[in-house]
Amino acid sequence: MTAGTDEVLSFDEAMEKYDPVLGFEVHVELNTRTKMFSSAPNAFGDVPNTNVTPVDLGLPGVLPVVNGVAVESAIKIGLALNCSIAEKCYFARKNYFYPDTPKNFQTSQFEDPIAYDGSIDIELADGTVFTVEIERAHMEEDAGKLTHVGGSTGRIQGAEYSLVDYNRAGVPLIEIVTKPIEGAGARAPELAKAYVAAIREIVKNLGVSDARMERGNVRCDANVSLRPHGREQFGTRTETKNVNSLRAVEHAVRYEIQRHAAVLDSGTPILQETRHWHEDTRSTTSGRPKSDADDYRYFPEPDLVPVVTDEAWIETLRASLPEPPAERRKRLQADWGYSDAEFRDVVNAGVMTSIEDTVAAGVGAVAARKWWMGEISRRAKLADVEPSELGVTPELVVELQGLIDAGKINDKLSRDVLDGVLAGEGTPAEVVEQRGLAVVSDDGPLLDAIDGALAAQPDVADKIRGGKIQAVGAIVGGVMKATRGQADAGRVRELILQRLGVEG
Amino acid sequence: MAEINRDDVAHLARLAHIDMYDDELDRMAGELAVIVDSVKSISEVAGDDVPATSHPIPLSNVFREDVVGATLTNEEALLGAPDNADGRFRVPAILDGE
Repeated sequence: MTAGTDEVLSFDEAMEKYDPVLGFEVHVELNTRTKMFSSAPNAFGDVPNTNVTPVDLGLPGVLPVVNGVAVESAIKIGLALNCSIAEKCYFARKNYFYPDTPKNFQTSQFEDPIAYDGSIDIELADGTVFTVEIERAHMEEDAGKLTHVGGSTGRIQGAEYSLVDYNRAGVPLIEIVTKPIEGAGARAPELAKAYVAAIREIVKNLGVSDARMERGNVRCDANVSLRPHGREQFGTRTETKNVNSLRAVEHAVRYEIQRHAAVLDSGTPILQETRHWHEDTRSTTSGRPKSDADDYRYFPEPDLVPVVTDEAWIETLRASLPEPPAERRKRLQADWGYSDAEFRDVVNAGVMTSIEDTVAAGVGAVAARKWWMGEISRRAKLADVEPSELGVTPELVVELQGLIDAGKINDKLSRDVLDGVLAGEGTPAEVVEQRGLAVVSDDGPLLDAIDGALAAQPDVADKIRGGKIQAVGAIVGGVMKATRGQADAGRVRELILQRLGVEG
Repeated sequence: MAEINRDDVAHLARLAHIDMYDDELDRMAGELAVIVDSVKSISEVAGDDVPATSHPIPLSNVFREDVVGATLTNEEALLGAPDNADGRFRVPAILDGE
């Protein structure tokens, strides 16, 4: 089984012939303190098989008990996805044999999920909005972590044996399932990424999950099928499992569309199966066939009683929900007066919250955007971190901007001050002092520099005397150079014009 | 008699990872049919107004506080394991048997 040997059609060609239909199952790990059915800690990165109780190991005679906070988190997610909440729902056993579950079943929900029939609006980068219908969101538990040993690749193929850590077994999961998503066309890969990003944002905003994809807090199974343009009936789908970054979701959907198109073009039917995503080759390989052979013999979990909700409980939870991310964005854009393009750039750069905090600390929205999109983003990129992780606080921006507004430093010097602060040299005021960065405000040295610059460019001086005021820039440039940028450019301009006896 | 045939039993045996001989499949089909028929007799007394019941005791919303309790140590967790390595349960190659 070698990755990336399948034929693919070019994406454009695939789009000319076929219409993609998508579907997603996104698993969200909740950040409750304890597991779904036991009081073992829900924690990442601990010593293997220490966050376990007899319940998590499926030992005989144990009795699971539902985590009440996890149920409330599930209801909150359902409400945020505009779902109906079940008046009564049950847990069920999904039976299968695999070492990741020591019980030989996963406790899940089957016929009656806690939340169903929702929808969310997904906004793409250019502002286009797609409504994605939510089929259901149900409660279940995560499985243990397998490590395959032996063989060359650490993959399951060719392994000699596997090691199992059950710390993750029983961690509360909410599985969110969409209805088939039609009509995305060539935007399908982009929509896939935007959908998963929206789910991640929603659960993070609700505070019910840490939503860190690199830790597997949000995991996506992406279903793709193609049908010729104009046909109602869906094609056969494949399910690419565990695509665990936003970029990978986009790439996996794009790849499967191209692969399906090539298979269909060759006159072969698509095999309904799971696919494995390979980030290194950006391709999928065949997993196990998935069909009616999936027979989990679900039955109601006899050890857990039903969950019953009422209006009062649901409305209390609804009232506790934070402002939805999409509404928050609309409000902030209006407050700040940014154009659509400016605001999108801010969101894509991941600095919206930083700007919000900076504006709240007293910096104007325009200046705050300039800082976060300019110097701070640039330094973050160099350091290969998110702008918010650079260590720049709103208070620091307030101080820097305050020094500029007071005329103590100019824009150019403020960059050196920022560098100094980030290098640990102290507060902005201290850095200005220690590095000697204050704007030269004494006119004496400035006038010397101006005379020097005028003497160096007599032709320019003549032009200005002759009324070509715009030529003054060349002299200002000379002065700034001579003062190593430490002059106030506006004051320099004034002085030059005075010196030459010209009205600005 | 209930409709439990040999193929049903073979299917269930495969799902349950139980190896069964041919004569066992035949015998089990007969025995299971009797059990299913016995259970079916309940529907003779339960009318249409009685829904399928999975939980006979009228309890709901039995929840636990989200508070961490006692856990097993790594040694305790692995005590019953047929094999272990690096603090984890060691299991045979997963794809081998498939």
